[in-house]
Amino acid sequence: MADPLTGIANWLENLLLGWGLAEGFVTFLLAVLGVLILVVFLLVIDIILVWVERKVVARFQDRLGPNRLGPFGLIQPVADIIKLMIKEDITPIGADKLLYNLAPPFAMAAVLLIWAVIPLSSSVLGADINVGVLYIVAVGSIGTLAIILAGWASNNKYSLLGAFRTVAQMISYEVPMVIVLLVPVLLANSMGISDIVNSQGVWNIFIIPLGAIILLITAIAEIGRTPFDLLEAESEIVAGFHIEYTGMKFGLFYAAELLHALTVGALFATLFLGGWRGPYADQFPILGVFYLFLKAFIIYYVIMWIKYTLPRIRIDHMLNFNWKILTPVALTLLIVTAVTDKLIEGVSPVLYVAIMLIINVVIAWVIVTILRNYTKSERKRVGEERPVAQPPMETPISGLD
Amino acid sequence: MTAVQIIFIVVAAVTLGAAIMVVTTRKLLHAAIWLILTLFGVAIFYVLLNAGFLAVAQVVIYIGAIAILMIFAIMLTRQLAIDIGPQVNRGWPWALLISLLLFGSLIWLFSNWSGVSTELPTLSSRVDPLRELGVSLVSPNAYVIPFELVSVLLLAALIGSIIVAWPRKENED
Repeated sequence: MADPLTGIANWLENLLLGWGLAEGFVTFLLAVLGVLILVVFLLVIDIILVWVERKVVARFQDRLGPNRLGPFGLIQPVADIIKLMIKEDITPIGADKLLYNLAPPFAMAAVLLIWAVIPLSSSVLGADINVGVLYIVAVGSIGTLAIILAGWASNNKYSLLGAFRTVAQMISYEVPMVIVLLVPVLLANSMGISDIVNSQGVWNIFIIPLGAIILLITAIAEIGRTPFDLLEAESEIVAGFHIEYTGMKFGLFYAAELLHALTVGALFATLFLGGWRGPYADQFPILGVFYLFLKAFIIYYVIMWIKYTLPRIRIDHMLNFNWKILTPVALTLLIVTAVTDKLIEGVSPVLYVAIMLIINVVIAWVIVTILRNYTKSERKRVGEERPVAQPPMETPISGLD
Repeated sequence: MTAVQIIFIVVAAVTLGAAIMVVTTRKLLHAAIWLILTLFGVAIFYVLLNAGFLAVAQVVIYIGAIAILMIFAIMLTRQLAIDIGPQVNRGWPWALLISLLLFGSLIWLFSNWSGVSTELPTLSSRVDPLRELGVSLVSPNAYVIPFELVSVLLLAALIGSIIVAWPRKENED
């Protein structure tokens, strides 16, 4: 059986039709079942992600990580879950109960909703809509909403301040992200994600590497991980918008953050690394799922690598970087890609890839040169001799020599 | 009752209920949240009318930008976000009369319109609404001039807001 998932779906459909249920109802039931299976699968992977995160951070920091519970510490996430569930569930005085309890599920929902449009293989796709890329932007904005609700409803000044900063950062970094998301749309002539995957004979990362880098940076800023995690760092703002959350509510925020990082990995893999494409992925769709998750985990590893290597960026530097560097670069990339794509139409694929690659390298080189000249002039300005206050000259006391 | 009708009735009930809660709830931030639910219901209506792009654009623009802006404005202005006092003011009988008149006349107008009882025409599958929208926005026979004018207007608004918010240098002599 070449395609087990579709095979099982067809068998189930025939079984239910054979029992005499109406056809529309059977389709509805199978859709609900599909959603349930996908969500359960993702949440189980989320539990494994807790283990992966702790082991990898330990190895980056030259230590072992959890290794007491189970072989290689594999039972550790289960212990974490049990601990979070038996913690006392505190609601602070004056907190807005409805919004306080609504925020963690919203945060998790905003992450799970993205998986509806990512094609898991050539035959498995949640919703084949022709505006997939815009849908992802829309769902990202729901995540921003969840954080505002959490920050406000906690009745805590630090929480509110953290929520403001988070939202400022997230809506600022949405701008270059949307512009860069348009570049694969341009190359594939369609906003539907399955079309983008099907059009990647050559992976998009070889055609627009600069776009891939900008997407990675802005996506890391969107999910709020280091180096952009000023909003929830212990030493900066004492955990930001989720100060007042305890127990499983905090667990939901934490799990949503980890799953969001994996989702960003899957999105990057879909848009730039060819998604489920790989050797023999057409004949055996189950291999497509495997390839997608392999690529997603590789990008997740890169995100963790960046997190445990770089220090935090200050909020004003962060916003400067976004508006003065990333947005102009993203706009330039979009315009240049659109113009070049039209100019070199009809050229052989190898030449096409080579020309686009060279153009990307040229843009990157120009940006780095501009930044380097700016830094040189800044360094000169900062390193100048500043006038130092001199003590008044003392008159020599006569009579002592 | 087709499935579309059932979905429509449920979504319409939720949207109208949320809209009523927007104007009757006592806590200001809750009103903003109910507004978000109402806007979400409108997005679902767009989906039911085969306008997928408009539905997603509604979520991005209204919920992702305008609603968040409203919530920010609420958070930055009030210490106590609860309204105290009566919910209605002295002119409520006139408001009730005018709204009932308006509602009645709208119902009467719609009942005389033939479009109420016609089925939704199915678009042919060769027509891609998104592609048609894109082409019509840049085609000289269609909407390219309004498109460019709106872009210039947005640019003017953006530059204007930056100039309004620019910190003024204070001349101290």
